[in-house]
Amino acid sequence: MRVAIVGIGLTPFRPSTPEFSWKELMYDAATRAYADADLDPRRDVQSFVTCAEDYWEGFGIFDEFVPDQLGAAMRPTCTVCGDGIQGLAQGAMQIQSGLFDVVAVESHSKASDLLTYPHIVQHALDPILNKPLRGHPNYLGGLEMDAYLRASGNTARDCAAVVAKNRTGALKNPIAAYGAKLTAEEAERSPPQFDPLRTLDQAALADAGVVLVLASERKARQFSANPVWLRGFGWGTDSPNLEARDWTTAKYTEIAAAAAYRMAGITKPEKAFQVAEVEDRFSYKELQHLEAAGLSKKGETAKRLKKGDFAVGGGLAVNPSGGSLGCGYILDASGLHRVAEVALQLRGEAGSRQVHRARNGVAVSWRGLPTATGGVAVLGVGK
Amino acid sequence: MRKVACIGAGMTLFRRRLKETPKELCWEATRMALDAAKLEMKDIDAVVTGSAPDAFDGVHMKGEYYADGCGGFRKPITRVFTGGGTGVFSPIAAWWHVASGLADIALVVNEEKMSSCYPHAQSVFAHIWDPILDRPLNPNLVWIFAMEMNRYMTVHKIKKEDIARVAVKNKRNAVAHPAAQLADAKITVEDVLNSEVLAWPVQRLDISPPSDGASALILASEDAVKRLKVETPVWFSGVGWCIDSTMWTDRDLYFPRYLAQASQMAYKQAKIDNPRKQIDFAEPYDPFDYKELHHMEGLLLCGKGEAAKLTREGVTERDGDLPTCPSGGLLGVGNPIAATMGTKVGELYWQLSGQAGKRQIPKEIHTGVTNAWGDLMQFSSVVVMRA
Repeated sequence: MRVAIVGIGLTPFRPSTPEFSWKELMYDAATRAYADADLDPRRDVQSFVTCAEDYWEGFGIFDEFVPDQLGAAMRPTCTVCGDGIQGLAQGAMQIQSGLFDVVAVESHSKASDLLTYPHIVQHALDPILNKPLRGHPNYLGGLEMDAYLRASGNTARDCAAVVAKNRTGALKNPIAAYGAKLTAEEAERSPPQFDPLRTLDQAALADAGVVLVLASERKARQFSANPVWLRGFGWGTDSPNLEARDWTTAKYTEIAAAAAYRMAGITKPEKAFQVAEVEDRFSYKELQHLEAAGLSKKGETAKRLKKGDFAVGGGLAVNPSGGSLGCGYILDASGLHRVAEVALQLRGEAGSRQVHRARNGVAVSWRGLPTATGGVAVLGVGK
Repeated sequence: MRKVACIGAGMTLFRRRLKETPKELCWEATRMALDAAKLEMKDIDAVVTGSAPDAFDGVHMKGEYYADGCGGFRKPITRVFTGGGTGVFSPIAAWWHVASGLADIALVVNEEKMSSCYPHAQSVFAHIWDPILDRPLNPNLVWIFAMEMNRYMTVHKIKKEDIARVAVKNKRNAVAHPAAQLADAKITVEDVLNSEVLAWPVQRLDISPPSDGASALILASEDAVKRLKVETPVWFSGVGWCIDSTMWTDRDLYFPRYLAQASQMAYKQAKIDNPRKQIDFAEPYDPFDYKELHHMEGLLLCGKGEAAKLTREGVTERDGDLPTCPSGGLLGVGNPIAATMGTKVGELYWQLSGQAGKRQIPKEIHTGVTNAWGDLMQFSSVVVMRA
């Protein structure tokens, strides 16, 4: 059974939102999505899914605080402790199983409420083997970048070019928080923090809320003559053990992409899409994920990047939204934002960053340090 | 909607398990379920896991941390979380993995390790309140459940002795459970009524003990059941879940209307219009003794305020007309929050497939119902299963 995205709600990304509580942020995103789909959540939405983690929220059981601001009180509602694409997949399966016709999926970041972000990430490390090593956990990004660059042949300069592309691209996205006129040379001159990972290779945290409304094929036709279809989705986890996982290839993306492409009937991913929103919490991750998702052949990625093939107007527009580097990193909501951006592009509603003739797109997510978990969603318009 | 069956279950000993890490507890239960279903991890298409607050184990994103313990290595694995309701909710999430066609065989693993929490697991519950409205009052769970219990007793004029009978029944039932932590063959109503008062009307023996443990289930599509020639599949015939408003102070606590809603959702799928007649036994969530009664009413197994009478008359005993918590429940077997899946959905599976051993209900049974309850006295998940 096919599932469509019929409502998109995004709040602007901002480094901090002191005038909003996280509840108001969720409400803001939800009302935008419901207005976009032109539906009443109390009448039309049958199930609600939130992607959240207790420690990000600062609560013991965050699920308690979900229903009211989404219109979900006295409805089937649950929390997925996962990335936005994992949450989207749960919503889609609820529809495909025949339980519901309309499901809302929510995720948000109130990262500005976190006083001790690195310590929380540290708290996710194995408590016996890794956590005692202490230090800002982004050192893991530095180690992985080093391993990846050695294995792929891509360079720190290529990563700086990703930073420049995404930060300048974000200037065309009215909801991005970190758009900047920045060249690859300038990005490369930023001080190394977790060598080879430089200051500007890392996306800065932001606050934002994202809500997507999913509908069964039958219902989707009532909402829109030309809905955006969720043609395939997948997610996967490599080993949680730092010592045991693959440090050069994003295995989780390979697993997720294989499942999503199988479902969507895609055999040549490198030619299937006009637009891709790809996880870029660290600059090198964009390149690593492009390769793992089969969107660019290993060895060709840097060349294509230099040629401008990943720019808006190139063969495959990568992160026209500005990605996490340009918009801001919104924790587990990042994956849902990537799906939302692809859907906006396919609808032709992406304003001055619109990718010409975008018919098929893909979103690739990663749950961030220290996980080896990510998702892939394949979207398309038309038959 | 594809038909989905449970084809195997596993459950560890519920105890203070200081020597095992969360990963090891997960794997112990996973291996038991795989052995029961005669499968290996290569046969599993997707893994779903459930666990209550991260703060118990003391690991942020603990679902990621213990993923490989659940066999979630280079596979799709998802953790779902609905507070105390997770024990019956993660099997529902696994159900939709199979019912939707995404997976043919799915594994569910629920884990809880509450003993790593100092000084007591209860301290985690200091962080579950609205930070502005509730938190400054410094409440804890016993305190608010005492309010709910009091309200329930007051509205229906129920005596404390009748509620204590539930604790006695379940702790006695648990004697037959190999994983039980607090089974007591000799416990009496007087013991419960004489145990120390924690927050009136809650006394120590009204409460299930915190615990460590894990449980696992294997779910399969109808095709897989045929292919594997499973002899005693137990089918999911209805699932439901529902959350009420966060504002628990704004509702009447005497009746769990969110559970009634979730039950109706599950009963509609299971084509049940007269639960008391069409359901042969129940495993309602019983972290406190009054909760079994509260949930029997929410599950529409009796009228409001009638559950105590059924208990007094022996209807809910293992050999009664409506055996309730034949496993021994949380009160007897223990309450490692999400891992109680083993005494809820797990017990439904073991009873309906005739594998409950000394706990087996003597009468012929075809249909069972279970629920779990969580968040701020606001969420319930319901599963109906048939042999």
